[in-house]
Amino acid sequence: MATIEIQPREAAPAKQSKSKIWKAVKDSNWLIKLCFVLLFVLIAVALLAPVLAAHDPNAQSLLSRLRPPIGFERYKEGYFLGTDELGRDLYSRLLYGLRFTLLIAVIGSIISMLIGSTIGIISGYVGGWVDNVLMALVDIQIAFPFTLMALLAVAVFGTDLTIFVIIIGLADWDKYARVVRGQVLAIREAPYIDAVRVTGAGPYRIIRHHMLANIASPIIVLWTFGVSNVILLESSLSFLGLGVQPPTATLGSMTGFGRDYLASYPHIGLVPALMILVIALVFLLLGDWLRDTLDVRLKRQT
Amino acid sequence: MTFIVIRAARAFLTMIFVVTAVFFASRISGNPIDIMFPEGLSPEEYAFWENYFGLDKSFFQQYIAFFRGLTQGNFGLSLTEFRPVTEIYAERLPNTIRLFGSAFLLAVAVGLPLGIYAAVNRDKPISTAIMAVAFFGYAIPNYILAIFMILIFSFWLHLMPSSGNMTWVHFVMPTITLAMAMMAWNIRFTRSAMLEILNEDFVRTARAKGLREAIVVNKHALRNAMIPIVSNLGLQVAGFVGWVVLVEAVFALEGIGSLIVRGALLRDFAVLQFGVIVWAAVVIVANLIVDIIYAVLDPRVRIAT
Repeated sequence: MATIEIQPREAAPAKQSKSKIWKAVKDSNWLIKLCFVLLFVLIAVALLAPVLAAHDPNAQSLLSRLRPPIGFERYKEGYFLGTDELGRDLYSRLLYGLRFTLLIAVIGSIISMLIGSTIGIISGYVGGWVDNVLMALVDIQIAFPFTLMALLAVAVFGTDLTIFVIIIGLADWDKYARVVRGQVLAIREAPYIDAVRVTGAGPYRIIRHHMLANIASPIIVLWTFGVSNVILLESSLSFLGLGVQPPTATLGSMTGFGRDYLASYPHIGLVPALMILVIALVFLLLGDWLRDTLDVRLKRQT
Repeated sequence: MTFIVIRAARAFLTMIFVVTAVFFASRISGNPIDIMFPEGLSPEEYAFWENYFGLDKSFFQQYIAFFRGLTQGNFGLSLTEFRPVTEIYAERLPNTIRLFGSAFLLAVAVGLPLGIYAAVNRDKPISTAIMAVAFFGYAIPNYILAIFMILIFSFWLHLMPSSGNMTWVHFVMPTITLAMAMMAWNIRFTRSAMLEILNEDFVRTARAKGLREAIVVNKHALRNAMIPIVSNLGLQVAGFVGWVVLVEAVFALEGIGSLIVRGALLRDFAVLQFGVIVWAAVVIVANLIVDIIYAVLDPRVRIAT
């Protein structure tokens, strides 16, 4: 049976805006360009961690404990960022820590995106009391400090990587839910959706083929902001000792352990702390820039 | 008046929801007796504690008893310290109030004027400098800032103690760390709220009819901008409360934040649940107060609902 496919309204402009973004990147100032370069370097380093690492990140060595970075007294050849309290190579741990941090952040923010968008679509499409209940949930999520929720979850389920990623994934869904709901409400009564409905398409088909295509770009923009939030959240929870458990390390947990050695061996905490600082600055500068460049309606909604 | 009643009812319902969620979470988290006595108990002792926690009663009865306990101020025993959680919290509360209160006041006292200044004189170099500082304060996670401050002021210059809460000197660095992020947020928010109002037609009218700039800014713009700013401060109490946890952890300050983290790590659910319930109550009441102030300040809100 022949089905009538109606082209999503914004399919063509989406391509245009992509080239617009590329042009905006070229026109941006040196700081933003530097941030883009750093972003790609960070991603590449995270992906190539097994190749770049000089040592096994978890290999302990009592003989080379607490060595300082290159250029200091007692520096040990081959460990140019020094070693930690168990004699593990800080440089290799930093690479793997970055890899884990980014991995957890990407998975977590995708979970947030999926949950939030689904709730937003249901809320906007179904409306009525379902909408009220779901939006009340969003209000609770916004009002209640997420750190507390995460602590509660840790107390209930214990510290476990899967649980931790799920907790991280539940952090940001409210933002997606609100924006997606608004978008769905805006296009629900549009003539082209009516037209699809008249041809006999069910809710699934309307949402999957006709609504999602039109609300995809704000979701993706939100996601790019979301990743940086999630990185910071993950780092702070890991810093508190609530995240991944040793010997696996993320940047946050490395900083947390390094805190105890600040007085005599500051490099253990300082190295991952500087890395978190760089990530935070890069993501925030890019986020601000993206917001200003696109100047989307999201500005008010998020 | 109906507006306030509706908001109060919603706040009440949210509170019941939180308490119910905490009750279910505490039942999922496992048997408190096992956490209290990891080495095991004789059957008689076990029966005693089972009776003490009401675990021998039905689920519904436990739920009712839980609510009744809360209304009577009975929040249970700490599973690791064997004394009422309220007592433990009472010991630590002053430290957190000192920390958060002074940081909040500092952030408001410095943040709001700077934000207003940066909006009114938007293209002057001082404003650019203010916004750059605000950006850094906003971007740097506060525990990272804390680590830099400890390294510089404690271990390098030997000016400040790196941890503890014995004297007021111990509170200087934690307060500055916490205030830095809140101040940065205040500057950014106040500036954009003011800029939005300064672009309004009525501000142009006020200027056009020859009012002095000070009156335009103070009476026409600032009064209108105060509405979002006040509600933002209320949200800040809600959101930044979570940050106290981090600052207290870095500086080993014995406040409520570090207590809750310890409760989570040791699975001391009694400690944690009290923290969650009280903090939720604070947040909900703060939001309610903001809503009411909103309605008093802005007649449009009252009419709309």
